[in-house]
Amino acid sequence: MSVVLVDAGGTNIGSVRYALQRLGVDAALTADAATIRAADKVILPGVGAAGPGMARLRELGLVELMRSLTQPVLGVCLGMQLLCAHSEEGDTACLGLIPAPVRRFIEAPGLRVPHMGWNQLRAKQPHPLLAGLGDDDQAYFVHSYAVPVGDWSLATSDYGEAFSAVIARDNFHGMQFHPERSAAVGAKLLQNFLKL
Amino acid sequence: MLSRRIIPCLDVRDGKVVKGVRFRDHVVMGEIVDLALRYRDEGADELVFYDITASPEGRSVDRGWVERVARVIDIPFCVAGGIRSVDEARAVLHAGADKISVNSPALERPALIDELAAAFGVQCVVVGIDSLRDADGAWRVRQYTGDPGKTQALARKTMDWMIEAQQRGAGEIVLNCMGSDGVRQGYDLEQLSKARALCQVPLIASGGAGASEHFREAFTEADVDGALAASVFHSGAIAIPALKHYLHGQGIAVRL
Repeated sequence: MSVVLVDAGGTNIGSVRYALQRLGVDAALTADAATIRAADKVILPGVGAAGPGMARLRELGLVELMRSLTQPVLGVCLGMQLLCAHSEEGDTACLGLIPAPVRRFIEAPGLRVPHMGWNQLRAKQPHPLLAGLGDDDQAYFVHSYAVPVGDWSLATSDYGEAFSAVIARDNFHGMQFHPERSAAVGAKLLQNFLKL
Repeated sequence: MLSRRIIPCLDVRDGKVVKGVRFRDHVVMGEIVDLALRYRDEGADELVFYDITASPEGRSVDRGWVERVARVIDIPFCVAGGIRSVDEARAVLHAGADKISVNSPALERPALIDELAAAFGVQCVVVGIDSLRDADGAWRVRQYTGDPGKTQALARKTMDWMIEAQQRGAGEIVLNCMGSDGVRQGYDLEQLSKARALCQVPLIASGGAGASEHFREAFTEADVDGALAASVFHSGAIAIPALKHYLHGQGIAVRL
């Protein structure tokens, strides 16, 4: 099985690559359209802001390519947000592969932004990506923007209000948390993605 | 619900983990990767590595061990030590660190915080603050604390600096209360509570943990998001699984 990591400049690319290596998969890091198109699985990691993230995909000429993919695709953190329709961060039009908005968390007493740390995942609808997910399983989040709960939500988490932790539509999937930094829970979910 | 974080801190010197008392007299505690793996297995929520002599020696952190840690560790970790520029920060983040923490270099040139936040997003940018109470009762910032011979007391007040750091783009504040560091008498709840009221981003308590109750106090009384400790974990005085079960029993949200 060939797995590629789309090299769109996110600083967590190395970490995701190591996480896949721990699962026995050596993922190539690439921005080459033909390599991405030919892969069995495509992962779009991402740390940073939505505007520069989309600009980077445009510079690399990967916007239409990403939209045309038919194999399982996983966006991680900002990578997940880039799969969505639009982000409030910099008023950015994203790839539009999952018809969800991305909104900023609103600070409130006791509610610090960024949302940073381990939070509980709650399955909302059954999906192979969530196989084996336990009721008390937690994942590591670091983000200031989030996708609200909607038809696209496979799992949610709570921070002031419920938001989407895992989303999917057709062959496109997203995890708002960092599976590469979510210990055994993250490894399980990444493994599930590799099995899709 | 967001869990409160338990964060072992590993002070790195010459490629080994060390620990001193009140920031002095460092002794070697073990190998970096061995200790990182041990804490991961025990359920640490995050790790912080401080290359404590990088800033006083005017050099950046050695990225070799950052990459070694990143390969084996599947929990987040933050690296601190003499990061003075966006390029140096990028090298550490690309080596696999999740966050970078700046302390003395940000005091030298506060715009560094703005530049890091613009380049990587605030979520990657931690500002560490070493703070000590002066004779007049005010908390003020200390610089170059990794080397007692080079440590400087600044005129800058801790709370003013913490506010400025947030305005410039700090995504998290680690407040190291030097007066209580290494002596295991508990976190500085007074200072942390004052900081909490002024801190809109995650706040991490550092300095003074000696018993499980100290962690509980920091979470319930100072409402910090995470608690950092070193010697009690290195020595085995507090085992992280037992600590987390204790906190859970006290009604505090933790990751078990």
